[in-house]
Amino acid sequence: MNHPPPVHGLVLAGGASSRMQRDKAALVYHGATQLDRVFALLSRHVHPVFVSARRAQADEPSRAGKPLILDDPALPGIDREERAGGPIVGIRAAFARFPDAAWLVLACDLPFLSDAALGQLLAARDPRRLATAFRSVHDGLPEPLCAIWEPAAAAALAVHQASGSQCPRKFLIRADALLVDPADRRALDNVNTPEEYAQAQQLLGANGGHRTMQLKIQYYAILREQAGRSEETLETAASTPAAVYAQLHARYRFTLDVEQLKVAVNGEFSDWTRTLHPGDALVFVPPVAGG
Amino acid sequence: MRFRLQHASIDTAANRRELLDGGAGGYASFEGWVRDHNEGRAVERLEYEVFAELAIKEGDLIVAEALQRFPIKHALCVHRVGELMIGELAVWVGVSSAHRGEAFDACRYIIDEVKHRVPIWKKEHYRDGDSGWVNCERCAAAAAHAHEHARDHVI
Repeated sequence: MNHPPPVHGLVLAGGASSRMQRDKAALVYHGATQLDRVFALLSRHVHPVFVSARRAQADEPSRAGKPLILDDPALPGIDREERAGGPIVGIRAAFARFPDAAWLVLACDLPFLSDAALGQLLAARDPRRLATAFRSVHDGLPEPLCAIWEPAAAAALAVHQASGSQCPRKFLIRADALLVDPADRRALDNVNTPEEYAQAQQLLGANGGHRTMQLKIQYYAILREQAGRSEETLETAASTPAAVYAQLHARYRFTLDVEQLKVAVNGEFSDWTRTLHPGDALVFVPPVAGG
Repeated sequence: MRFRLQHASIDTAANRRELLDGGAGGYASFEGWVRDHNEGRAVERLEYEVFAELAIKEGDLIVAEALQRFPIKHALCVHRVGELMIGELAVWVGVSSAHRGEAFDACRYIIDEVKHRVPIWKKEHYRDGDSGWVNCERCAAAAAHAHEHARDHVI
């Protein structure tokens, strides 16, 4: 069986933030910049993770210190002050650097995006399509900046850009992309203006932001070998065993799919959709072979 | 406890004594041994890994089910954990009952359920130096099959 291409992470932080009138990557929620938060979020699901930036931004403190993929001067759309090519330039630079990887691409201005939403997207991924993206709850169109772009999309993106369009959303509308309805309708709300920023800070402050909890995960047999550990304490926003496995499946590239497993919570076989509580102990049970 | 896990080798005579009963007219047992080949490959040794907390619970439940389903006197199952060499006794089941039919049936029920439901995993080490987790990596279809069985039997 062929394994699908590995998924790398890319945070797009090359935009000019003109409507916000300040650098969006540096906006702060709960004491962390947007860029730091999204970078940490993505790192919990895929490896390695890069920040896409313009050459002029490479030394800014919010970006320096993170692995960067800078816009490629050989590609069109980047030889001006503004990033005329937009996100497509960043995505193409990532493909130019690692042509065999798929990229989970995130905009940095998604303060409501959670582990559960990323887990859902990764679990739904269809590597035979050009991309797997969330469908906007507002207009039903693909969300290109919270999407998994497969290696085959690189060449098609070049053609799209050469035809004069810089819009990744238009690309996904026409491309063979799998669209997924987000379980959390608010997950992809983004923040473009100072008013929206103030609103988001208030919302996140009021409900404590993305509540995470600690779970104890124990690994046995083939999962223990693939995770490289027999147990860990996991800080996660995932609220069901299915969502936790989706997250770990992506992180450790487990070869077993969820359909092949059973799950035990606190020492008893359990449903995949039960609501988890802080401190719960999970064991994912690979196909057994006693006797 | 009617289901036990142990690292040490299995003392069949001692286990058998636990099943003795004046009302029993007979006893049936099953021994699972480590075989030197599987699916065409030469096997050198096995390694059993166990999620002990749940394995003991599930194993006990299976033996309790057998005691309820069949008119038998006593039943016991013992499974090894850790590294086992060719020819070693990996699992032992014993059942005593008034008549032989139920003893055979209950013995068969217990070993079949244990193989499908108890969280025990077997890693085969092959003579060519390779190794693999049975039902987990060499054949996805086998894994799906094993789980279908498991699901059928979950109560």
